[in-house]
Amino acid sequence: MAETIPASLAGKRIAITGSTGFVGTALVERLLRGIPDCEVILLVRDGRRTPAAKRTQKEILKNDAFDRLRETFGDDFDAKVASRITTVAGDVTRDGLGLNDTDRELWGTADTIIHSAAAVSFDSPMDSAVEINLLGPTRIANLANEMGVTPHLVAVSTCYVAGNRRGNAPEILVSEGPFDIGIDWRTEVAATKRLRSDTDALSRLPDQLKVFRKEARAELGAAGAPALAAKTEDRRQKWVKAELVKAGRMRAASVGWPDAYAFTKALGEQALTDTKGDVPVSIVRPSIIESALAEPKPGWIRGFRMAEPVIISFAKGLLKEFPGVPEGTVDVIPVDIVVAAIIAVAAAGPDDAPAITQVASGGVNPLKYRRMVDNVTGWFTEHPLYDPKGQPIVVPEWRFPGRGRVQRQLTQAKTVLNSADKVLQALPLRGKQAELSAQLEEKRIEVETALEYVELYGLYTECEAIYQVDNLLKIWDGLGAQDQADFNIDPRSVDWDHYINNIHLPSIIQHARVKTTPGASKSVDRMARMRKQVLDPTRHVAAFDLENTLISSNVVESFSWLATRRLDTPERIRYVARTIIEAPGLLRLDRQDRTDFLRHFYRRYENAPLEQIETDAREMLTQLIMTKAFPAGLRRVREHRALGHRTVLITGALDFAVAGLAPLFDEIVAAEMMVRPDGTLSGEMHSVPPTGEARAQILSDYCEAEGLDISNSVAYADSSSDLPLFEAVGFPVAVNPETRLATIARKRGWLVEHWTKADGAPRPLLPISELMVERERRRKFA
Amino acid sequence: MPRPGFVLDVDRSTPPTLFWRGEGFSLERLPADRSRIIYPPEPLAGLDNLDGHIRDALLNPLDMDPLPELLKPDMKLTICFDDASLSLPKMQRPDNRQRIIEAVLDMAAEAGVDDVHIIAALGLHRRMHEYELRHVLGDRIVDAFLPKGYLYQHDAEDPDNLAVIGHTDEGEILEINKRAAESDLVVYANVNQVAMDGGWKSLTTGLASYRCLSVHHNPASLQNTRSLMDRHHSALHKSIWRMGKLLRDSGPKVFQVETTINTEAFPAPFEFLAKREWEWTAKDRSLFLASSKSLNKLPNRTKRKIFHNIEAPYRTTSVHAGFTETVHEKTLENVYKQHIVEVEGQTDILTMGIPFISPYNPESIMNPILVMCMGLGYLFNMYRGKPLVREGGVVIMTHPTYEEFHPVHHPSYIDFFDEVLADTTDPAEMSTKWEKKYAEDEWYRHLYRTSYAYHGVHPFYAWYWGAHGQQHAGKVIIVGGYAAAVRKLGFTPASTMNDALEIASDTVGRSPTISHLHVPGVLVADVK
Repeated sequence: MAETIPASLAGKRIAITGSTGFVGTALVERLLRGIPDCEVILLVRDGRRTPAAKRTQKEILKNDAFDRLRETFGDDFDAKVASRITTVAGDVTRDGLGLNDTDRELWGTADTIIHSAAAVSFDSPMDSAVEINLLGPTRIANLANEMGVTPHLVAVSTCYVAGNRRGNAPEILVSEGPFDIGIDWRTEVAATKRLRSDTDALSRLPDQLKVFRKEARAELGAAGAPALAAKTEDRRQKWVKAELVKAGRMRAASVGWPDAYAFTKALGEQALTDTKGDVPVSIVRPSIIESALAEPKPGWIRGFRMAEPVIISFAKGLLKEFPGVPEGTVDVIPVDIVVAAIIAVAAAGPDDAPAITQVASGGVNPLKYRRMVDNVTGWFTEHPLYDPKGQPIVVPEWRFPGRGRVQRQLTQAKTVLNSADKVLQALPLRGKQAELSAQLEEKRIEVETALEYVELYGLYTECEAIYQVDNLLKIWDGLGAQDQADFNIDPRSVDWDHYINNIHLPSIIQHARVKTTPGASKSVDRMARMRKQVLDPTRHVAAFDLENTLISSNVVESFSWLATRRLDTPERIRYVARTIIEAPGLLRLDRQDRTDFLRHFYRRYENAPLEQIETDAREMLTQLIMTKAFPAGLRRVREHRALGHRTVLITGALDFAVAGLAPLFDEIVAAEMMVRPDGTLSGEMHSVPPTGEARAQILSDYCEAEGLDISNSVAYADSSSDLPLFEAVGFPVAVNPETRLATIARKRGWLVEHWTKADGAPRPLLPISELMVERERRRKFA
Repeated sequence: MPRPGFVLDVDRSTPPTLFWRGEGFSLERLPADRSRIIYPPEPLAGLDNLDGHIRDALLNPLDMDPLPELLKPDMKLTICFDDASLSLPKMQRPDNRQRIIEAVLDMAAEAGVDDVHIIAALGLHRRMHEYELRHVLGDRIVDAFLPKGYLYQHDAEDPDNLAVIGHTDEGEILEINKRAAESDLVVYANVNQVAMDGGWKSLTTGLASYRCLSVHHNPASLQNTRSLMDRHHSALHKSIWRMGKLLRDSGPKVFQVETTINTEAFPAPFEFLAKREWEWTAKDRSLFLASSKSLNKLPNRTKRKIFHNIEAPYRTTSVHAGFTETVHEKTLENVYKQHIVEVEGQTDILTMGIPFISPYNPESIMNPILVMCMGLGYLFNMYRGKPLVREGGVVIMTHPTYEEFHPVHHPSYIDFFDEVLADTTDPAEMSTKWEKKYAEDEWYRHLYRTSYAYHGVHPFYAWYWGAHGQQHAGKVIIVGGYAAAVRKLGFTPASTMNDALEIASDTVGRSPTISHLHVPGVLVADVK
């Protein structure tokens, strides 16, 4: 080759797909920095909220990969970059790449197209893997052919297209190799489309929908119809996705590939070769891409990639064993070598570039699994991670077990945790005990993640294929001294011990945001900080639920109290016996739908004289409400009041039962019962009792009417049925949460308060009123 | 003839001494040769035919006309009585207040008085439960007056039912219950258990408003009250007596009926509590062992139930009626006759056992603030002349000091403990910084008026009660208390009496002198 790389690409217009990805970002940076005179067109998808051009700014140029360039350009960075980059909105899953006419024209003027967009996740659903990895390259070639242009198309693929095999994997198309079993990509595309619609249809079968609904209810409880509906639909979509992931993995395995990613990439190469027409194509196949050796800076990495989660899980002591053969090769390649190789291929041009270039280390500078493990273990022994209590975590000894054993162990652990979780969810736990369940849930997720790593990445650590890099080395040998200095594409240049210890591990530890210093965790401080936020004078409204939030009582107790107030001992015994018999049914109803339960239950007040009930309710404040109140809760209400916040009580309890709490609140929203002209209660409600999603609506209506900001408000409640209310306000506070809410609060980082009754409060065995003084009772009945 | 109180010097042969520990007790051995135990006088003999004595007092009052002559058919008559904070423990039925009021009502009926109200003189205490009213007044009075609304409880936060009588020479406001203020005659039915009670204090605190009470219920006045049991050296009582003078000059006519009771507080099986330890019989010893062992195994709520169910077999030692000041002088004479023990000089340490009850937790829980109030407020003040412990000396109390509160009776105490004590234990500082917030809290006011809660400001008053003791003592140690709560009170926790003495040695040296105030039994040490 006569020219240098920068000279070959000078003045060229280079179009790039996948620029928001790991390789793509590094590529854009390297082109801007290393090829001073080229122009770059970026094909970026419109985000859900951010348009493509904005994404370029936010997701590419703001990345720390550009720190070096920013430093060089100084204040001119934006101007200089803007003059060389054009962003076009488009999508490789759409025919014609979804470009508008202007962008299409511009796209047509590209001299080189580097296609690095891919669904790199090993567990992509089959359909999206097919759309992106299989059909993506073809669509690019088709567009060029349609427009009658012939840019040099450099397609980034993967070494793993070679599939599960031992021994040498040369730089040839799969179909040209000895192990090809003649899979036709068109058949696969059609089958995947069919699979997609079949799975979707399956997910809509009544029995299946029943399952989703049940799962949604199990997670949210009685959170109200809209929340439940949203969750159910979410479950369905996730199920479809999971089925397609499973289908992809199984299909790939059945025809000899480790996963859908490698499989669809392999077919993608084939499809591109079949449909490229006049467009010259060069394929670049990297192996596992990891953090940068030197460019733009040592250790640069984007996103949490393949080996990182595994390494971090190991350092956290979560992954005690990871399958792999000690003498196996982990084919890792630093990202800057991959990027330089892509640029070198592009610079070589359609005529000189090899049809396929593999960028891998296994063939010429293999990193043995044992060597990597020794390095990782050594490093974490020296720099341990710390558990939340501030104790260093000792990394386990790696015993190179077979994959089956590890998987079996993890599956067992998962089963145990799942059943423990089910038991906890079923128990009527609150507060601190309920937190247990939240912790268990975290553990379960950890195990599940570990299991996934093992299933997916285990294949790669066990891979014994050796990827040939003859073409890569040929390019390397053809480079001049200056190019060799500026564009290192030689895998032999990596000193693995140095790379792992001094470049890769320090970098990923920083990215993983794990605890690397001793000392107890700051979670208590965090709660105090959040409490301060909640009690900020600028808040507008503090909304409170009543039962189990401010008092440890419920509507059944207050009814029982009022109902037994004027009964004598034998009548009381009958009452208690009856209620105990009914209890399971009531509980079931309550779990299904709070509103139905309240309506059903409040019928019991039918024919009760309102005046007498009101008199008795006054006494109930003392005997029931105050003895069961959480003093810290009542204090919090008053703290809010003192700060000038509006305090609102929203409860499904009946208005007369909570009348005694009136001085605490600016507004009490309670259930109201119709009163007959004769002064007795009708047992029917005026309106829907304020429960579930109705509470969110009530609060937002209140705020709107009063000109207050609901997002600047606080809500206190205890149950997952209050989820809509929690989501409506800016500052949710879970009080003594039951298991489901404890889990949700932990996940979403909400303030959790544990309030208790006053120590020393009387604890009557049954929620019935004290026997009236005999004489008094007789007088009242006379 | 009951034996007088005396001071026992502890030597090697002295048996261990009884200490209250809340709902339980322990025997502690005090160091020989430098400790003394102050024993109260034995209970005085009571009056026989009490009803006859009461009738006699009403007909032959001091410095006033006989009651029947004061009663006119068209008059407004108001009868007030001490609330559940007296007596401790509650007395066996019939209560003296019932006897007095029934006698007064009989005379009023004879005179044809129709307009009679009976008011519980609560001050800022919690309202009495109906069963307490029945215990104090008897069913006959309650059934006749309560349903019609003629028997009710004073409400210091009801602006419509308070009346200002005027201001004293020192500018102190006197504001009392309006019905009483507008009555032609107010009869006050009193039970006097200690020298602090009775006299003008009955009416000017029991029927007063918050702003009227805050005039003398404050740190400055209570630090200068030396002691609560010696009204001539009490800033609190001086202020109250000024109000009394105002009441006499400008208020309604007051007919005060005071009774004094002896110290027979414990019925079987607890009589051994009042005996001197070396006189315990084999039966007393086994009762002590059995009861303290079994109490240790019971939960707090059960223990409280047992103790608060105790009804004391008090005997009444005197009844006087008529003009308040004259009556009260006679009352004090009788109270002191029962309580006074002459003691020679002060010691370095004062030890005391804190019982299960104080005036602010009848039928309720002795929370940590009340432990402070009982120890440094009441027991510390059981002196005339000078305190039993020298200034800068150490006070050692025994009490479990659990962090338990009655949610209905003491809601503001809970917040006071969590909020105010976390900030300061200094009475003056909390008074300026926190008192107003609690006193004017709408929620506390609501609970005081409609439920059974002490007024929002009450924990402050309970705390101020100990202000003099707190200022006087160099260190306060609680033996056997829940350490976190004890520290929150600003005191030092100790596990055993020996530990406490060891801790005290930092303040008072290696061989301090010790006085032990022997309760049960009530005594006022006349320290020369």
